[in-house]
Amino acid sequence: MNDLPSPPGCNVELAEKVLVGFLAEECHKVGFRKAVLGLSGGIDSALVVELAARALGSENVLAIAMPHQLSSPVSLACAQESAEHAGVQLEVVDITPPADAVIADAELAEDNSDHGRLRKGNIMARIRMITLYDRSARDQALVLGTSNKTELLLGYGTIHGDMASAVNPIGDLYKSQVVALSKHLGVPDSILNRPPSADLWEGQTDEEELGYTYDALDAFLHGMVDRRYSKEELRQKGFADDFIQSVTHRVQINQYKRRPPIIAKLANRTINLDYRYARDWGA
Amino acid sequence: MDCLVALCQTRPALGDLSRNFESHQDWISRAKDASANLIIFPELSLTGYFLKDLVPEVALRLDDDRVQKIIAQSKDCSILFGLVEESDDHRYFNSAVFAEDGKILHVHRKVFLPDYGIFEEGRYFAAGEDIGTVKSKWGNFGILLCEDAWHAAAPWLHFLQGADALLIPSASPARGVDTDSPELSSQKSWHILNQSIAMFSQTWVLHCNRVGFEDGTSFWGGSSVTSPFGQVEAEAEGQEEQLLLFKVTAGPLRRARIFSPLRRNAQPDLIRRHLARLLKDPDAMEQ
Repeated sequence: MNDLPSPPGCNVELAEKVLVGFLAEECHKVGFRKAVLGLSGGIDSALVVELAARALGSENVLAIAMPHQLSSPVSLACAQESAEHAGVQLEVVDITPPADAVIADAELAEDNSDHGRLRKGNIMARIRMITLYDRSARDQALVLGTSNKTELLLGYGTIHGDMASAVNPIGDLYKSQVVALSKHLGVPDSILNRPPSADLWEGQTDEEELGYTYDALDAFLHGMVDRRYSKEELRQKGFADDFIQSVTHRVQINQYKRRPPIIAKLANRTINLDYRYARDWGA
Repeated sequence: MDCLVALCQTRPALGDLSRNFESHQDWISRAKDASANLIIFPELSLTGYFLKDLVPEVALRLDDDRVQKIIAQSKDCSILFGLVEESDDHRYFNSAVFAEDGKILHVHRKVFLPDYGIFEEGRYFAAGEDIGTVKSKWGNFGILLCEDAWHAAAPWLHFLQGADALLIPSASPARGVDTDSPELSSQKSWHILNQSIAMFSQTWVLHCNRVGFEDGTSFWGGSSVTSPFGQVEAEAEGQEEQLLLFKVTAGPLRRARIFSPLRRNAQPDLIRRHLARLLKDPDAMEQ
């Protein structure tokens, strides 16, 4: 796959304006002045904390770093740098005790198979979600999502874990657009230059795990989803058949992660099927 | 036709009639304080846009007391505002009411209902069937509600009826940051559209777009006045609420039409004959 199309561009001034407006309005109109988010030390949450500080005022944003004993210490240092840059308060919560308790209970402590590592990763992601939602209730702060469009489409996240949030400002930005907007907002170089990683084990990187580069994935997904190119057109643009096949399949099988649970229909009006209201109803 | 127009770039609250009625009072006062002759509100200004199942719940009959209160305020200043109109037979229309001298002068029921992408109007609303102009004391006005403007025949019908200005209330979502353009792609499209419509119908185009967010979708504002020459003469900022005032005059209408007399050469009868032929011949036109 040589000479692939470029990943999507991003008008960073406009995106900043819309997203800052989005966070201010969608938080304030449901009665929240404050927001809370997890800071992983990666670029996605570094971008969200910058946007949130601009939208709500840095004093109204609480960032929480939730390292596990196995997390890279660089991640915590980057999270600290990112909180400092955005001027927000950082709370550090060591999730090792609760996560390890669940991991031990699930008899996964010694399991280093792929499946074992996946389950442990999901447990950590969900312990972080519990922590964020607890601080949300404690401080009356809305939980901000930090999943980008690339990972949402690929299902590269833990349902009810890092995918859980009340409002997500970056879910319609591909990873390459996240990078462009982060640069524009002055996210520190140490974070911009780190290879994206779920940080579940030593040396893990997203691109290695996904099997493709973000540039290729973003160019393809943007073409397929946003531009509505047919498979034939995508092939003509230089994407290989097996790439098209595997990425398309991955997007499809993860649709469930992007939707609320299916409800068995019995009545005339079933929630979300034919009982349909915007979430901002009356807000 | 010297007419001081006030475009009210508002932020309607979704499904909250009381709050929107209150804010209409404020906007009307502000516009009257500025000596406006014609006040224009965005599409569905009394209800908000992504209503879904709220449509019948926020629908109003035109004899509703609150609607009548706004109409009564048009005694010294004409007002165009948006609502969900319930008809006697319980159909729901996406309507814009033109009130003048304390009475309803015209109701435009949106004709072209978008039902694709993020739009669901075709699911919830009945379609209007009339594209007639309003003979206001300030001029002859053609009303187009948002999507109506995208169907070339609609402004053309107003053009044939001698419209001086096209009033376009809208709820246009902000979309498209992935290009090199300094504007959102939806904003850029509307600029091209407004300027094109103004030029081919040789009318003023008064576009009043809303702002605010509903379930994450924002409306980009940017309400504008475009001259019959296709020049943008005034434009509101994006995103923020704003009262945009502009005096629309007859001079540019006359000069644009001397410069290129499109109306004189429009040949509506020729178009009618061709349309009749196409409608009779299924092979000639995809039905």
